[in-house]
Amino acid sequence: MRRRARRTLAAVAIVALAGLLVWASTELTPFGTPAGHADAVTRTLEHDRQVANAVNGVTYDLRGLDTLGEELILFIAALGSAVLLRHRRGEEVEEQETEVGAQTPDALRVAGAVLVGPLVVLGVYVVTHGHLGPGGGFQGGIILASGLLFVYAAGQVLALERVEPIALVEVAESTGALAYALVAVGGLVFSGVALFNFLPFGTTGQLLSSGTIVVLSVAVGVEVTGAVALILTEFLDQTLLRGSE
Amino acid sequence: MTVLQVVALVAVAAGGTATVLVRDPVRQALVSGVFGLALAFLFFSVQAPDVALSQIVVATVAVPLMVLLALAKIREDEDEDQDEET
Repeated sequence: MRRRARRTLAAVAIVALAGLLVWASTELTPFGTPAGHADAVTRTLEHDRQVANAVNGVTYDLRGLDTLGEELILFIAALGSAVLLRHRRGEEVEEQETEVGAQTPDALRVAGAVLVGPLVVLGVYVVTHGHLGPGGGFQGGIILASGLLFVYAAGQVLALERVEPIALVEVAESTGALAYALVAVGGLVFSGVALFNFLPFGTTGQLLSSGTIVVLSVAVGVEVTGAVALILTEFLDQTLLRGSE
Repeated sequence: MTVLQVVALVAVAAGGTATVLVRDPVRQALVSGVFGLALAFLFFSVQAPDVALSQIVVATVAVPLMVLLALAKIREDEDEDQDEET
């Protein structure tokens, strides 16, 4: 009886949601023809901000404050999971010398080792060219952080521990968040408006163009790399290095 | 609507349903990765490459990996609890 009531409730909710979605989609602007606000935003960004990629123009300039909040959410999320996972670190003092690398198949190790370099190059490219084409800080940052996984896939967990990436990624995370906040304050200092685009705009299509947009994109890239790498490192540290008996 | 978009929409519908129907959490993590890739393909086909880029990495690498690591952690804790009881 209870099960049947639950199913009926779910069915009604799903049908209602589907109806609302279909109704909402009939009101959408036709695909492929920007009009009204969308058109105005694109023109403003292209002519007044010299940014070729309007998406990142919105993310890091027109709605830069939203991105600041979004970035701080990620910062705090990474911090929280690091604190939660780390509180057990002191408990297990005895370390097992598990040769994780020896169990990894050779093909996986080679693939991991070969792909790390190109992945880092791709990540840096995506981070620094967000104002020119698809990409930007968030996308590139996650690509860079997943480079860490390839190092792990290559069986270098022990090498990872020796490098002590935790200190490095912590610094990267805080530096990125701080840099974004500093640029926000910079707008306040130079023109009285937080996150005002106060740098010279340059020429559309050049690497050094679009004013603070490219700077903020790189700051977010560093922050996201640090945050995601921190979460992954803490997990890998807990489950693979000290756990697995 | 182009053929690519129709294919992407169907793949998203199938992937989402499959993710719900798979009951084992470990397999669910992997199936959700495939579902995420279908979503990325859909975003790309409606000309949103910025979103598609982050979707590819987040949904196919970051989320399944974190789910798998969290599951490994939970199982490890359960094993320890059982050891303490016996």
